[in-house]
Amino acid sequence: MPAVVRAPRLALLVLLVAGVAATPAQQGKSLFGAHCLSCHGGNGAGTSRAPSLRNVGARAADFYLRTGYMPLPHLGLQPRRSRVLFDESQIRALVAYVASLGNGPAVPKPHPERGNLSAGQHLFSTHCAGCHQIAAQGGVVTGAIPPPLEDATDVQIAEAVRIGPYVMPSFSKKAISDRELDSIVRYVDWAKHPDNRGGWAIGDIGPVPEGLVTWFIAAAALVGLCVVIGKRLPHG
Amino acid sequence: MVGDPDLEAEPVIRKAVRFLDTRTGTTPIVRKTLRYLFPDHWSFLLGEVALYAFMVLVATGVYLTFFFVDSTHQVVYHGPYAPLAGQHMSEAYRSVLNISTTVKAGLLIRQTHHWAANVFVAAVILHLLRVFFTGAYRKPRELTYWIGVTMLMLALLEAYIGYSMVDDLLSGMGLVIGYSVGLSIPFVGGNLMAWLFHGPFPGQGVFWPRMYILHVFLFPLLIGGLLTAHLLLVAMRHHTQFRRRSSQSEHAVMGVPTWPGQAPRSLGLLFGTAGVLFLLGGLVQINPIWLWGPFHTYASTNGAQPDWYLGWLIGGLRLVPSFDLTIGSYTLVPNPFWGGAAFPLLVFGFLYLWPWIERRFSGDHAFHNLLERPRDNPIRTAIGTGVASWVVLVFIAGASDRATVLLDVPYTGQIDVYRVLVWVLPLVFAAVAYRLCEELQAAERVQRDEHEAEAEARLART
Amino acid sequence: MGRARTLLVSAAVVLLGRRKRKPPENADRVVPKLPPNPGAEAVAIGLLFLAALFAVAFVVVYAVDSLPAHTQLLGLTLGLSLLAIAASLIVTAKKLVATEELVEPYTPDEHPGEQELLVQVVEESGDRLTRKRLFKMGLGAAGGTLGLAVLAPALSFGPFFQTKYYRGTPWRRGRRLVDEHFHPVRASDIEENGFYAAFPEGLSLDGREELGAGVVLVRLPVHALRLPPELHGYDAGGIVAYSKICTHAGCAISMYRAPLFQPDEPRPALVCPCHYSTFDPADGGSVTFGPAGRRLPMLPIGVDAKGYLRAKGNFDDEVGPTWWGTRIWKPSP
Repeated sequence: MPAVVRAPRLALLVLLVAGVAATPAQQGKSLFGAHCLSCHGGNGAGTSRAPSLRNVGARAADFYLRTGYMPLPHLGLQPRRSRVLFDESQIRALVAYVASLGNGPAVPKPHPERGNLSAGQHLFSTHCAGCHQIAAQGGVVTGAIPPPLEDATDVQIAEAVRIGPYVMPSFSKKAISDRELDSIVRYVDWAKHPDNRGGWAIGDIGPVPEGLVTWFIAAAALVGLCVVIGKRLPHG
Repeated sequence: MVGDPDLEAEPVIRKAVRFLDTRTGTTPIVRKTLRYLFPDHWSFLLGEVALYAFMVLVATGVYLTFFFVDSTHQVVYHGPYAPLAGQHMSEAYRSVLNISTTVKAGLLIRQTHHWAANVFVAAVILHLLRVFFTGAYRKPRELTYWIGVTMLMLALLEAYIGYSMVDDLLSGMGLVIGYSVGLSIPFVGGNLMAWLFHGPFPGQGVFWPRMYILHVFLFPLLIGGLLTAHLLLVAMRHHTQFRRRSSQSEHAVMGVPTWPGQAPRSLGLLFGTAGVLFLLGGLVQINPIWLWGPFHTYASTNGAQPDWYLGWLIGGLRLVPSFDLTIGSYTLVPNPFWGGAAFPLLVFGFLYLWPWIERRFSGDHAFHNLLERPRDNPIRTAIGTGVASWVVLVFIAGASDRATVLLDVPYTGQIDVYRVLVWVLPLVFAAVAYRLCEELQAAERVQRDEHEAEAEARLART
Repeated sequence: MGRARTLLVSAAVVLLGRRKRKPPENADRVVPKLPPNPGAEAVAIGLLFLAALFAVAFVVVYAVDSLPAHTQLLGLTLGLSLLAIAASLIVTAKKLVATEELVEPYTPDEHPGEQELLVQVVEESGDRLTRKRLFKMGLGAAGGTLGLAVLAPALSFGPFFQTKYYRGTPWRRGRRLVDEHFHPVRASDIEENGFYAAFPEGLSLDGREELGAGVVLVRLPVHALRLPPELHGYDAGGIVAYSKICTHAGCAISMYRAPLFQPDEPRPALVCPCHYSTFDPADGGSVTFGPAGRRLPMLPIGVDAKGYLRAKGNFDDEVGPTWWGTRIWKPSP
């Protein structure tokens, strides 16, 4: 019989020490087992409920965990930005573990300062505005809700473009080069505080809020003015 | 030595009046005009709000014509707005970028112009609702009413052309949709649009000057002329009134004379309207075309909507299920026709025909100078409520993707629900309106009876 | 010295107001006599000077364009100036002028006498005509035809009778597909889950505005394709090309639903952002949701010897929004 089992207290001590000195990947494995395995399968092999994580790399794990897209509250939902279940060290651990599952891409390092704002605007208009709206306010597609991008960090933007989460198309380096991606990130950052020189921006999405202002501010004020100036019918 | 201002005012006024009379002979008309009576109710001022918004439109519009370039010739942008640096765009779009970023006070005038357009249509519709629900369109004022409905139609077209001239991504999408609705007109749609655009969309460059001339010259002239006729008719037939006093009747009008009573009120409304519009123009951003970027037929953005007064049409277009009416390989009615053309035709048809329909079915062919309150005519109020709620429901359905974004309600589900609601709810609202009118009338009858009984009792006691 | 004193006195007089002089002696006034309201008067006058202040501020702001929030300050100053005048006028209307309500008769419903006279004049003036019907026909013919004739040149606005322009696209058999930057597209560039746009080679930037120019490219696994018989062979090893222009109302199709994990997620679809017409790229572009009444036209493509994508002909159906002739003619190969 192995010496460890014949000496339970020693075994416990060894386990404890092992736990403290565990690599992030090992810590990640236990976290994975607790939160992800039921859908993504052992060693991330995938099940009928969730895809394989074999070669998705650190990139995917970093994106889905930091945005709170994962864990999914329940199956069939669109992954949405929500509560981040894990703290920094846990995220690192999980990312390391998922990365160890195959040969997937690393976490991207975008450089928006190297990008060109106008090129970014044009690229965003070409590839992204159809779903995310030209000012990155989000929108609608049949069966999904492309989110607004004001909370997305530079890294998350780069990750999402490459991954194509849920029903978003994925754009490889052949489709959008790293330099182009820098420009897109730069534009999305700019769109978080766009040029609103006209005054109160009312959402940067155009005519719907403009119509609301027309009726509930302008028309209301002018009808009020008419009531002040003119007479009212007496009661009865 | 400074003289007595009061004493000195008299000769000046006298001299002016004498000059006017001897040179133009119009003193009788001026006197009549100055003492013309305006029946007093706040809802009678809504038409004036529209008129003053129109004046602001013309004034700001003239200013804009001095900067706008009506050309689709493609240029490369080298102006101060960084996110569009080096991009290809039309001269038209660039000129509006220029107005918005470089011309001093340009953005103020541009935004005021656009707010004025939105408010103009809103005021016209409020005025139309007042006219409809009080029966002001009845004999002898049908002409005035038809001119008004025509002006509303022209205003919608004029505004649509106005914001489409900018050639930005949002309005360009709206333009191709308008083109498609035109294409969908049975028998002649294809020919008509090729004729209008000089070829299939986007047409030749000459289409832009066509929009420009329509927007800055032909339509304003048309609307201005109709407006003049409209106001003249109102004056000549005299304005209708509610019956507030026994001194009022179908034959005697009570009102405030133009001078000195009505003039400061109307002028106050003019400056008030202009003030609200300029405040909006400076403080609330509208149509930030620099954010949208230039239009290309191969580009589009999510969340694109027409201006609010065309929201009923996008609702119509989105609600109609997928089908083209074909006979063999001849497409009789392409899909956009129903929501984009038949729907507004029906609504405007109803508006135009209503005075005749009401006369026919109520048998009321009399002259009417007195107005009815909405409760006084339950049938008209119910029908009007039904039609209006139909339009409003389709309008709301047209913006249902906003509800998806804000409230997470699935879009496809909403469309399915609205497809039923837009037919069912108007009937419900009409029935409710009818009942409300009947109840309010019954309550008034009870009150009147009580007052009469009291009066009789008092008389009996004395 | 005397002059200055005079000026001071006049200024004081103007500023402080003065007692109203005796009204005219005639007893029948037109405008009713009401007592003055110095409080309201002060407010009305004060508002006018406030308006003046704002108007001056507007000009100052206009001149100093280095001010931040320039448009907002301009709107604020001008708007408040106008509103101050409005307020002054309304105070005047409510408190300073007689807003009496008078009664007078409505204009007569009709003028039977005048009507009679008019009818008489028209009838009597036609006394010398013996063939009135013919005359009217002649006038109608002349006026009607002249009216139409004068309108005839309006036909030159555009090709009213020529519908062939709808049927053309810049695609031809053998034409290469190029991307946004005019680079030819390789089949290997098109990856699954990606969403691409392409144009015919040789078209200028302006030429791309033609509705028949743009195509969307997506790659589907070959086993997932369910193309109808008439569209067999239109794909290039799973890469399918469709017109970028929605058949409903002409907007560009700029959305592609590319599910990462098929079992749980909506199927691949091309979606238009205008009215959400949804097209299935796997079965020839049929409409699965939304108002479009016609499926997306498909461009037959193949891979040439060097690996570039080339069109094998024209679209299988007319591109763009539907008009009456859409299903009658097909684009020429």
